[in-house]
Formats: sequence, structure tokens, C-alpha cells
Amino acid sequence: MWKFSVRRTLIMIPQLILLSIIIFVLAQLMPGDALSGQIGPDVDPARLDEIREEMGWNDPWYEQYGRWVGGVVKGDFGDSFRFKMPVSELIGQRIMNTVWLSIVTLILTYLIAIPLGIVSGRYNDTWKDQLVTGYTYVGFATPLFIFALVMLWLFGFKLGWFPTSGSVTPGLVSGTFEHFMSKVYHLILPAFSMALITTYSTIQYLRNEIVDTKQKDFIITARAKGASEKRVYNRHILRNSLLPIAAFFGYEITGLIGGSIFIENIFGFPGMGQLLVESITLRDYSVLTATTLLFGVASIVGALISDIILSIVDPRIRIK
Amino acid sequence: MAEKLLEIKNLTTSFRIKDDYYAAVDNLSLTVNKNEVLAIVGESGCGKSALAFSIMGLHTRAKIDGDILYKDKNIAKMSPAEINKVRGKDLGMIFQDPLTSLNPLMEIGDQIGETLILHNKNLSKNKIREKVLDLLNKVGIPRPEYVINQFPHELSGGMRQRVVIAMAIANEPELLIADEPTTALDVTIQSQILELINKLKNEMNSGIILITHDLGVVAEMADRVAVMYAGQIVELADVKTLFENPLHPYTRSLLNSVPNANEEQDKLHVIQGIVPSLQNLPREGCRFSARIPWVDETAHEAHPELKEVTPGHLVRCTCYKHFSFPDDSKEEQHVLS
Repeated sequence: MWKFSVRRTLIMIPQLILLSIIIFVLAQLMPGDALSGQIGPDVDPARLDEIREEMGWNDPWYEQYGRWVGGVVKGDFGDSFRFKMPVSELIGQRIMNTVWLSIVTLILTYLIAIPLGIVSGRYNDTWKDQLVTGYTYVGFATPLFIFALVMLWLFGFKLGWFPTSGSVTPGLVSGTFEHFMSKVYHLILPAFSMALITTYSTIQYLRNEIVDTKQKDFIITARAKGASEKRVYNRHILRNSLLPIAAFFGYEITGLIGGSIFIENIFGFPGMGQLLVESITLRDYSVLTATTLLFGVASIVGALISDIILSIVDPRIRIK
Repeated sequence: MAEKLLEIKNLTTSFRIKDDYYAAVDNLSLTVNKNEVLAIVGESGCGKSALAFSIMGLHTRAKIDGDILYKDKNIAKMSPAEINKVRGKDLGMIFQDPLTSLNPLMEIGDQIGETLILHNKNLSKNKIREKVLDLLNKVGIPRPEYVINQFPHELSGGMRQRVVIAMAIANEPELLIADEPTTALDVTIQSQILELINKLKNEMNSGIILITHDLGVVAEMADRVAVMYAGQIVELADVKTLFENPLHPYTRSLLNSVPNANEEQDKLHVIQGIVPSLQNLPREGCRFSARIPWVDETAHEAHPELKEVTPGHLVRCTCYKHFSFPDDSKEEQHVLS
């Protein structure tokens, strides 16, 4: 078990190196840079070129990459042009917002998916199942950004139950209970909007897995032992069906990243997703590469977590 | 007369296809005695497994009519809670495919232990472990204290079948149903498993229903044989009589299709056609008539019943009196026509 985890973690290193190269090169390939927006009648283009030269932007990509990686390893992502502050500090302000949003969304996703998946799988092809399956189709077909807008309009503006932007009410001292409650209050609507839509895949996975497992021979064996239906479901079917859900966990994280980019922009939620989009439009390279890298790392770590969870729950995966 | 263990009376197990029910086991009556091996033989699709599942109450979507009497209790009429007390305790079942019959996520010890716990609520953990080790020993698994913590995928097919058997016999059931226990195993393992089942039968004094399509297995293991065709028993006799004096055309065709190593044979004898599907099964007259078309129609009864020919030897339909194998040239002609 430990050997497997260590080995699996070591595989991450080349993945990370490759990821960092791809991100850096792609960012370089984007047309324009942070100074292209500065062109104006009172700006001397020659001066801009000079600055570019000074900043080392005309060096070959691998030299720039070397400099960048050297900094990243020490936790220095450079400075943001837009915010005029170190990127690490900027991300530090935002990252916890996104982490909390993701955690709450994940919890809500599983809270919705597991009971619905179980009902749908256990009573497959009954009206209960059709109701749940119908919901998953709607979830599958609805674009997240449209659904989020509708939620925002309905619960934020029309009914006014939830705040429409921000992550906390301004003026509260951090660390107090009011501050915490305000954070939670601001999180609920974006997290719910995301969870309601992204949960469909988990529900369908669980449902299909249960329908599949129900027909396996070892379920008949369990019945032949004299196990009650309840025991057959809890001990034999459910445990075997939750395997792919565990495996899916890492992808769930990847999906959350994509989702949070939409959600944070729609709900004006100051997190990493919003920062990423801003940095793209402003060609704020150092922020862009840093946020993309962090999202990439989150995906890779998600996959790692999946594999480790799977190795805990599925004895067949453990490598000797 | 041997003591009756299980008595099946007019059992009909039907499955719903579209809007109609079709019987896979059709009005079948049978008794199993204490300490005997009753073999049920037939082609795939003749209803052998459907019968076994009916006895264990394992059908989830079938309609079951008739009675299955076990010790004055009618299994066919039991509620799910009642039947759970019987299966695993009084009735044990050995399944066909040991590779899929074990839960891949449970340790061997837990899987065997589950059968024990379910029927002996107040056994301590140590006691269960002791019993499981004992069972693993009994079914001939080497190093049981090591295997007890292994997972199914770490064992070979033969070992897994031993585990399945250990689960089936954990509570020393009086009736053991073995549904093609050796079909998924290779030949050397087959005989080991059969020997094991035989040994356990003698130790526990239980009756066995052995379902198989392997006549070699029947000859080796069985005391009595029921030959099944299309959901009905067509011939029932003790094993010696059946092999020496088979009467029903189907039994004779089955025996005839076993290749004989001692004789030079140019071709394998086969029974023409296949067992008709549930929907296409002729429900009247002799069900085997379609596969022996050279036998004159008048030879068959309109409503064939199982009739005792000599004591303990029962045959369905009178067509056996007129049946003979077509000689080879004729058979070929028939195939062509």
C-alpha cells in the first residue's frame, strides 16, 4: 500500500515538469504581451521595446522558462503587471476562496449523487429511477453558465435570498463568527448551482454500477448464504459500486476547476477562476502561468488521490 | 424406502417474456432422499439451473407455482425473511463459475464467515475464525491461516471453487445443490472437486442435487439420475439402470453422443437441432418429437406422462418403444432433405 502510494507519487514528477513546459510555451505563443495594451500617442514604441529587452522577453523561451522555473521552485511566481504585487501574494488572497468553493461543491455533489444514485440503481426502471434519470439528463443538457445565471437571477435578484457577488460582507473582522457565517452565506448559491449541474455524471455512474453489480454472480452467492436484501445491498452491492465513484473523484476535481472558472465570474466570486480569466484578457503572463500551473497541479493531485483511494478500497489494484 | 429429504410437487417456474409467462420448469415432480446424489442431466437451456434456483428461492423475477417441501415446510411459499433462514443453513449451493461467484472486495475468511454469522448470531469472532480455518482445512486448502486473509483474485480457479464449497457447507446443510460445479474448471481439478464433494457428502450425511451436462460426472457421482428435456423430466432411474438400459430417445441420444475412445469413429453423433427457446417450446405432445423426425408421429402420446416401467425407472411418452437410431446413410439423407 505504501510502496504503491510512493511509486504513484513519484510518477507525478515528470508529469509536473511536462505540464510546466506546456503551460509556459502556450502562454508565450499567445499574441501580444502585457505592454501591447500600453500603445498610445504619448508612448514611444522604442521605449516599450527597451523595456521588453530589459525584462528578458526577447530571450529564447528555454532561458525564460529556466528563470521562471527557478523562481517557481522557490515559491516566487514573479510580479503581476495588473495588480503591481507579487503573484504569490495575489494568489494567496484568492486561493482559499476557490478551495472552499470546491470543497462545499464536492460535498454537495456527493450529498446529492449518492442517495439519488442508490435509489435509481436499486429500483431501476421504476418511476423513481425515471425521475432521477430525467434529472440527470436535464443536468447533462443544461450548460453550467446558463443555469448559474438563472440561479443568480432567481435567488439573488428576484427573491434576494442570497448575495449576488463577493465572497464576504465587507467590514467584518476575519476570525469572528460573523465573518465565517458571511463566508458560508456567500458560498451557498455558487456551490449549489455548480453541484446541481455537475452531479449528473456521478449519479449516472453510481446508478449504472449498481445495476451492473446487482446481476453479478457473487450477489446470488450472497443471497444463497441467507443474507437479507438489506445486507446484500449494503455489504455486497454498494461497496462494489462505490469503486468507480472513488476513481471518479480526481476527475471531479478537474471538472470543478472548469466549473469554478464560470461560476466565479458569474457570481463575482474573487477566486482563482476569476483571476485566471482576468489575467488572460490583460495578458498578465506571470499570473496566467501561475494560476494555470496551480489548476494543472490540482488535476494531477486529484488523479493521485483517486488512485490512492482506489488502492485502499480495491485490493486488486494494490501493486506488490 | 429411503427417507425423503426434499419433495418437489408440480413445480412450474415461469418467466415473463413480453406479456406472457413461459414455463422453464414445467409441472415437475421429484424427490431427493437423504444421503443420495441425484443427478439432473440435460442440455443447456433445458431448465436445470432454473430448477436449482427455484429450490433455493433465488429467482427474482420468476413466477413459481407448485410446492417444494422440505421437512414439512414449503419453500415455494415462504416469505423472504423465512427463506433466508433456510438457505445457507439447511440448503447449501455450489455455483458454476468460481471466478465470479466470490465477492472481489471481501477477504476469503469474511466471505465464509458471513455464512456462519448469518445463521449463528452469537458466535464470537475467535470462534468464527476457528470454524473458518476448520472449513478451509476440510475443503483441502493448504495454509488456511494465510488464505483466510487473501482476496479471491489471489487464488486459482480450483482453490476458489473450494472456497465456494466451504461457504456452501459452512452450516452443514442437509441438502447441497451443486449447479455444474466443475464446468468452469479444467479436467484434473474437476476430479479433485468431485472427490471432495463426495467426501463431504459422506461426512455430513446430506443429500446432493448434482446438476451437470457431463455424463462422465454422472456415472462417477450419482445414485439416481433425472434426465431433463425442455423443462420436464423425461426419464428417471438409478444410475446403473440408466446407463445399462436407457429407454427414452433423448437419454439414448445423449449417451450416444458421448465419444467412445475404444471404437473407431468417423464422426461424432449429435442430436439434431437445439433445445427450443422458451417461447417456441411445443407445450403439447412429446416435446422431443421435433428432434427425432424419423420416428413416426403415431408413436408419440398426445399427453405424455412419466410412467413407471420397472420399479424406480420412469419414462415419459411411449415413443421409446418405437425409437431406433437411423443408420448413418439415412441420417445424412435426412440432414440434406
